[in-house]
Amino acid sequence: MVEFALPKNSKITGGKTWPKPAGATDVREFRVYRWNPDDGKNPSVDTYYVDTHDCGPMVLDGLIWIKNNIDPSLTFRRSCREGVCGSCAMNIDGQNTLACTRSMHDVKDGAVKINPLPHQPVVKDLVPDLTNFYAQYASVEPWLKTTSPTPQKEWKQSHEDREKLDGLYECILCACCSTSCPSYWWNSERYLGPAALLQANRWVSDSRDEATGERLDDLEDPFRLYRCHTIMNCAKACPKGLNPAEAIAELKLKLVERQI
Amino acid sequence: MNTADTPKRSMRTPLGRVRNLGAAHSGTSDFWRQRITAVAMTLLMIPVLVIVMMLLGRNQAGAAQILSSLPVALILLLFIAASAWHMKIGMQVVIEDYIHNEKLKLVSIMLNNFFSIAVALASTYAILKLSSGV
Repeated sequence: MVEFALPKNSKITGGKTWPKPAGATDVREFRVYRWNPDDGKNPSVDTYYVDTHDCGPMVLDGLIWIKNNIDPSLTFRRSCREGVCGSCAMNIDGQNTLACTRSMHDVKDGAVKINPLPHQPVVKDLVPDLTNFYAQYASVEPWLKTTSPTPQKEWKQSHEDREKLDGLYECILCACCSTSCPSYWWNSERYLGPAALLQANRWVSDSRDEATGERLDDLEDPFRLYRCHTIMNCAKACPKGLNPAEAIAELKLKLVERQI
Repeated sequence: MNTADTPKRSMRTPLGRVRNLGAAHSGTSDFWRQRITAVAMTLLMIPVLVIVMMLLGRNQAGAAQILSSLPVALILLLFIAASAWHMKIGMQVVIEDYIHNEKLKLVSIMLNNFFSIAVALASTYAILKLSSGV
C-alpha cells in the first residue's frame, strides 16, 4: 500500500531556536527544515530571526542572510537568484515554489516555514535528491529526432507552429510541479510526473520533430501517463505560470485522436 | 523522507529504472471508454430518474407493466452497462494508484472485474425478467 505516514527516522523532532540578531529593529521569523545525514538524528525544524533591514526581500535573500550571519551549516541549492535556473525550488509556507522569486512579505501569518520539496529523498537540509526526476526527463528523449536528411541551413518552422511551443519551452525543470502532485508521490517510480510529461508534449508538439508517433508510443502506458488525474496541483505550483496539466491533457487527446 | 529511508536499490542506472519494462502501449482505450460512459450516464441520468419516479409506490405487476415498454427497458439496460463499465474502470484506477504490492494488486483487479460483471449481469437479468413479464 501507499505509505501515508513518514518513516520513523524521517519524523520531525524539536529543533533549535537561534538568538535574535542584536540591535535589529525589524525581524522576520524563519522556520527551516534541517537534516544532516552524518549525525544520525531525525530531522528537525530550526527557528531563525532575519534582520529584514539588512537583507533583500525574497525568501532566498533571507536564507542567504541566515547562512552568512547565523548558521553557515544551513544547506540549500541556489544559483541565478532570478527564477531562471530552478535550483532554489523548495516548499515555502506549504507551496512548492522558487525561493528567489517568492517575497518573504507575501508569506502572511507569522513565520516563513521552509521545507524541502515534498516526497523526495533528502540529501541534506533543503536539498532533495532529484536523480529519479532527471532520469524521467532523460527518458522522454528531449531532443529533436529526424530521419530526413539534415538541411544545409536549419530545420524550418512556421510562426504558427512555433507558437505551439509557447507555454511548454519555458519550463526550467525546478521540480515544483512533479513534487506537488499526489499521483507522483504515490507512484514516482512509474509515473513520469507533470514536468517530464510537459517536456514530452513540447517535443510531440514540435513541427520539426519526425518521431511524434514513437514518442506517443513510449508514453502510452497506464502508469507513465495515465496516472495523471487532472488534480492541477502542478499548475498551481509552477513558478513560471505554466500549465503541465493542460500539456498532459493534450498528450491524452493526441493518443485518442490517433485511435479514432 | 531522507536518503536513509529510500528502499534498497539495485545497481541499475536511474534511466534503466525509469524505462523498466517499457511502455504497455495501452491505457488510452480505458481513458476513452471512461469518457464515453461518463457522457452516456449524464445523458441517461434524467430519463432514469423519471423512470425511477414512475416506479415509486407501484407493486411488482405495475413495475413489470412500465418495464415492458421497450424504450424504458432499453434506457435502464444502457444505464446499467454504462455505469458498470464506468465503475470497473474507476475502481481499477484507484487500485493502481494505491496498491503497490503486485500480487495484491492483481487479485484486487480480478475481484473488481468479477464484481462489476456480476453487478451488471444481475441487474440486466432483473430488468429482462420484469420487462418480459416472466
